[in-house]
Amino acid sequence: MDKELRIVGFLCNWCSYGGADTAGVGRFTQPTDLRIIRMPCSGRIDPLFVLKTLIGGADGVLVSGCHPRDCHYAEGNYYARRRLEVLKRFLPIIGIDQGRFEYTWVSASEGQRWQHVVTTFTNQIHALGPIQRIGKDAQARACAFGRTLEVDVSA
Amino acid sequence: MKIGVFVCHCGSNIAGTVDVVRVAEAAKAMPEVAFASDTMYACSEPGQDGIIQAIKDKGLDGVVVASCTPRMHGPTFMRTVARAGLNPYMFEMANIREHVSWIGKDKEANTRKATDLVKMAVAKLAQNRPLFPSSFSINKRVMVIGGGVAGIQAALDCAEGGLEVLLVEKTTTIGGKMAKLDKTFPTVDCSSCILGPKMVDVAQHPNITLYANSEVEEVFGYVGNYQVEIRKKATYVDWKTCTGCGACMEKCPSKKSPDAFNEHVGRTTAINIPFPQAIPKKASIDRDSCTKFKTGKCGVCAKICPAKSIDYEQQDEMVTEDVGAIICATGYDLMDWTVYGEYGAGRYPDVITSLQYERLLSASGPTGGHIKRPSDGKEPKTVVFIQCVGSRDKSVGRPYCTGFCCMYTAKQAILTKDHIPDSESYVFYMDIRAPGKMYDEFTRRAMEEYGTQYVRGRVSMVYPKGDKMLVRGADTLAGTQVEVEADLVVLAVGAEGAKGSPQLAEKLRISYDSYGFFMEGHPKLKPVETNTAGVYLAGCSQGPKDIPSSVAQGSAAAAKVLGLFAKDQLQSDPQVSKVDIKRCVGCMKCAMTCPFGAIKELEHRGEIKAQVIETVCQGCGICTSTCRQGAIQLQNFTDNQILAEVNALLQSELEEA
Repeated sequence: MDKELRIVGFLCNWCSYGGADTAGVGRFTQPTDLRIIRMPCSGRIDPLFVLKTLIGGADGVLVSGCHPRDCHYAEGNYYARRRLEVLKRFLPIIGIDQGRFEYTWVSASEGQRWQHVVTTFTNQIHALGPIQRIGKDAQARACAFGRTLEVDVSA
Repeated sequence: MKIGVFVCHCGSNIAGTVDVVRVAEAAKAMPEVAFASDTMYACSEPGQDGIIQAIKDKGLDGVVVASCTPRMHGPTFMRTVARAGLNPYMFEMANIREHVSWIGKDKEANTRKATDLVKMAVAKLAQNRPLFPSSFSINKRVMVIGGGVAGIQAALDCAEGGLEVLLVEKTTTIGGKMAKLDKTFPTVDCSSCILGPKMVDVAQHPNITLYANSEVEEVFGYVGNYQVEIRKKATYVDWKTCTGCGACMEKCPSKKSPDAFNEHVGRTTAINIPFPQAIPKKASIDRDSCTKFKTGKCGVCAKICPAKSIDYEQQDEMVTEDVGAIICATGYDLMDWTVYGEYGAGRYPDVITSLQYERLLSASGPTGGHIKRPSDGKEPKTVVFIQCVGSRDKSVGRPYCTGFCCMYTAKQAILTKDHIPDSESYVFYMDIRAPGKMYDEFTRRAMEEYGTQYVRGRVSMVYPKGDKMLVRGADTLAGTQVEVEADLVVLAVGAEGAKGSPQLAEKLRISYDSYGFFMEGHPKLKPVETNTAGVYLAGCSQGPKDIPSSVAQGSAAAAKVLGLFAKDQLQSDPQVSKVDIKRCVGCMKCAMTCPFGAIKELEHRGEIKAQVIETVCQGCGICTSTCRQGAIQLQNFTDNQILAEVNALLQSELEEA
């Protein structure tokens, strides 16, 4: 595969993070581009995290949680599904290819499914290529904007 | 902040495909990292001691361990950090084994990825704050859901341990599937002779309250403090006064009601006691069959009952109970065998399930223990058993081995010969799976001593020919087609999770798989626990099991509860949401989304604010991503912590560009 791209995964602790672990334990080979951030629940994922990550320069974002009806917190993934579906439709409006973002459901026992999800998504991002750089200055501005968001949150 | 980074070799598990020394070197260059090293086995005693020593020597106030998944050793290292005097939440893990070294062989790419993951963990840790648990007291009562043999064992063991036990059973009697069995393998023990006394023990134990004909309606609360709502379904008989004399059953004119206990092979009366050894031995009315309920005319049972216990007006009753732990032992159901159209199941009366055959064999069954085939009541001379009906069959969505069908088929073949000495039995099988103690010997006895014909191969079709059933299949050992003219065909139907188990799982907030079985905490090391604290599993609700395994798991679940209740106080997980009262605008959207009702309104200087009930909050963070003000933040997973991880990662991309 060509040069590694930057893919960020937000995974719920109970199902998909466990599924990624199961894939590891099963030695299911996967592309190395993805970096996983562990979340307690897919319902914890603020759609703004995804946007911020894409604007900040990531080439792709993958979100994965428990299958609907099978959430450790009863209904977190229903909130996630609603929010992320809206987000996905919103992405083209701000000029980001919809294909750079996917959300999936993988349970802790589905190591093989996780391998499939990661491989497919990584291939998809590679097909799209690196996200368009908006120039260092603009990117720095975007980051600075991101930081103001943070300061705003913590104030 | 002074952060220490420890990169684990995990023998060659990580070091084989990740340059751990380079990862540690790179970590040293990260801001706020005061110390970094690599270590052979971070989780071993010398590894943990090394971490403690470094914390003390270098005055570290946060630790990152880059090793395996936090789901495995997160708690281990949190305890290590605490032993060194740090707050356990000043700790982060980077998963460079399951997510890096084990899934790719490219050492260069792996090292880069591991470095990134360490960088992200360091960035998050820099935002961590010490968190402190609060203590809460526990209610030392336990609810067992399901009165089969696993539930009975769990209830008895808990009760013997001095706990107050509520046993909630859906049907009108406890005993479960085991009570329906005639004999058990491989001892050919009489099932009710070994189960019966245990059922009586349940009824007589002073610590056990039995809720038969009841279902769990709602479950609130958390470990140590659950509130459960139990629906006591109406039986239309006052069980306080019913003596179980059975006079009503004798006189009831609706003698053709479906008999669920006898798997519908027999008929029963509309008011009935399911079987003579039922516990509690009380009558109940089947509303759908009762003439009084259907036409308003009858009332024979009310006239005949010597105790005047009949009450047609009875309503369901809701009971609320407080318990500290829940054992789930809801068992299994046979899968829907009618999907096998080629076997004629459900169409031909002489094609029956193994459990129906069990009732035909049983002395307390509808035929008094005489095997009579359903169509004409004749004694069958040729019985064909078809195994793996709904087991190991991907085409019907049941790819797993149920595990006990081989054994009960052998038992039924043996019993057939015992009942009808001049009979012949054929067993169509895929493999014989008999791994238990004395199990393989038992199946061999069926073949050698009892002359059961074992044919390896699947049956393609079963269809009637005259008054016989023609079974056509393959013998894959002989490489030929086989046809057997059978008087009776018994399908060894596989098991799936009990009906309604997904709904119950949602109430208990535990996971279940696509077959309706509940998921254990860890497939190897936590076979009885669930991912919800205070909820344990026993018996076939977790996966198909034979009787010895169900009993063993029932006892194991009881041991877990007794262990939990050995403490007087439990510590709550401090990883809960917290409201910044200055930012909160009191919209209460957080409370609307909280699945646990953990957020209540607080009046603060005349304004409405949200407040988190710490012990109820489970730490999912749905509220945090709902709050537009960012006022409610899940501790240890705050917006700033997550964005710090994202930034750390994208920062390195920016530097590379």
